[in-house]
Amino acid sequence: MAKKIWAVTLVAALLASITFAVTFGPANITPVEVWGSIAHHLGFGQSSLPPLRDSIVWELRLPRVLTAAAVGAGLALAGVVMQAITRNPLADPYLLGLSSGASLGAVAVLLLGSALLLPVAAFLGAMVALAATLLLAGAFGRITPGRTVLAGIAVSALAGAVTSLVIFWTVTGDSYREILGWLLGSLAGARWPAVGIGLAAIVVAGIPIMLSGRVLDAFAFGDTSAATLGVNVQATRWIMLTATALLTGAMVSVSGAIGFVGLILPHAVRLLVGPRHRMLLPLSALVGASFLIWADTAARSLFDPRELPVGIVTAIIGAPVFAALLARRRVNS
Amino acid sequence: MNGLEVRGISVRIDGTLIIDGVDCTAPAGTVTALIGPNGAGKSTLLHALAGVLPLDVGADGPVGAGGPGDEGRPPGPAGIRFAGGDLLALPRRARARTLALVEQDAGTELSLTVAEVVALGRIPHQGYFADETDHDRELARAALESVGMTDFADRDVTELSGGERQRVLLARALAQEPRLLLLDEPTNHLDIAAQLTTLRLLAGLAADGVTVVAALHDLTLAAGYSDNVIVLSHGRVVASGPTAETLTPALIGEVYGVEADILRNPRTGRPIVALSPRG
Repeated sequence: MAKKIWAVTLVAALLASITFAVTFGPANITPVEVWGSIAHHLGFGQSSLPPLRDSIVWELRLPRVLTAAAVGAGLALAGVVMQAITRNPLADPYLLGLSSGASLGAVAVLLLGSALLLPVAAFLGAMVALAATLLLAGAFGRITPGRTVLAGIAVSALAGAVTSLVIFWTVTGDSYREILGWLLGSLAGARWPAVGIGLAAIVVAGIPIMLSGRVLDAFAFGDTSAATLGVNVQATRWIMLTATALLTGAMVSVSGAIGFVGLILPHAVRLLVGPRHRMLLPLSALVGASFLIWADTAARSLFDPRELPVGIVTAIIGAPVFAALLARRRVNS
Repeated sequence: MNGLEVRGISVRIDGTLIIDGVDCTAPAGTVTALIGPNGAGKSTLLHALAGVLPLDVGADGPVGAGGPGDEGRPPGPAGIRFAGGDLLALPRRARARTLALVEQDAGTELSLTVAEVVALGRIPHQGYFADETDHDRELARAALESVGMTDFADRDVTELSGGERQRVLLARALAQEPRLLLLDEPTNHLDIAAQLTTLRLLAGLAADGVTVVAALHDLTLAAGYSDNVIVLSHGRVVASGPTAETLTPALIGEVYGVEADILRNPRTGRPIVALSPRG
């Protein structure tokens, strides 16, 4: 029962976050005006805002906020799945190198000038990086959470360096800003196409993942245990990790590599509703969406008019949590 | 026949033959103890029976075709049959409704409650997207009660002792409603009283018609509580049959390299194995 209250509360929190984050910033827009503008553009009634202020809401802030919501939800879901399937509480698309691999894939096709292929290339980059991380972790010996994170750091560093090199070599002018955007993550350029990519990834990969809670639960005591509960372990592992790479690739293609969202939010939500995935998955998505909306709002307004890459905000919050998780692991083992 | 029937199965792990052409049976409604020294392959055999380790398809062709090692074996295909059907041919979920495996030392880092862990046993009975029904919850509650852990229902499973966790995992297996229950050292980490309770629980399940196969390293527990034994050594079955007739001093001496005497428990009349070093 308490869990249903959490679900309702978090849906309300997400709607409120979307509304208030759009009002945040210069131009003094009110929540009522935000919904008026949304209703107007969806074909109901007339917006009370003059065209210029309306376009601030509809063309700039709303798509950015919705992209943040989709990216936050997607990364949080990816984190939950990776933690369950690899039985590694430190697993996260950023720490295991998927995000950097996706960035590299995205930057590589940008050079070829094909924005349409961007999410596909990012997905392939994430898959390759994931495979490289798991192979490398296995090459060190038995795959342990610590080794996997070390392997992820190695893959991430390499992919990041190549990404920087490619941008440095090809972009004229403001290349360091481009580099920061892809490596640290930024939602500054998010418009409606980004919303479309993010929501499409949530529909194609996120919703099927959210419905697979019982299967992920079966992995609690390991692969053998899952197999004796009737789960096809190998097939599930590959489908789930591919879905994770798909989510990460799509999100990175619109926002760059934003770190720690997939790591910290699942742990926070477990403290609220426990580790069973039927609740953990959808609630992590909701909390991830709200979290990234506010992280991005902070990124664009803390040092206004200067803007931070949102990845700096998530890292400042996420890195201490990561350290705390490491400390707790040491106590446990 | 009812119960478990294993013919000519082998298991290879990383190229090494761990189970080498095992034939054995475990009649329905009995407790069969799987015994043998460390490294004999007890755990591997149980995992193969559960269908979580692939069988080795030997180079000698099917068992019973007159190849080496087939002497005295009636012709017929190698495999694992249960209640007359091919166990490994069952779809995964159907197999998970037929058999349950209690692993040795399985653990988790997730702070699930004991009740939630037991409820995992209902997964093979639930639809992919379905939630738990009252029936599921009732079966999980009854399973927890039968292992004497009802008071622990709301405890965090990561904070339990090894013995407590072992009993919770047995309850999870019972929640699967298996007709074939495979257990790998179910009495490990348990207090003596809990060991006897667990073995009596297994005997009770057998009396209800469940086929129980338990790997046990304690010969006295095996002698005291099993109806049949399968004695494994170096991946082969060296003896099998009714416990009282099979578990002889000569056999124990041969397999374990110790002197053995069989005494009688004055209370139960069951055999007790007294061991002494070979002089």
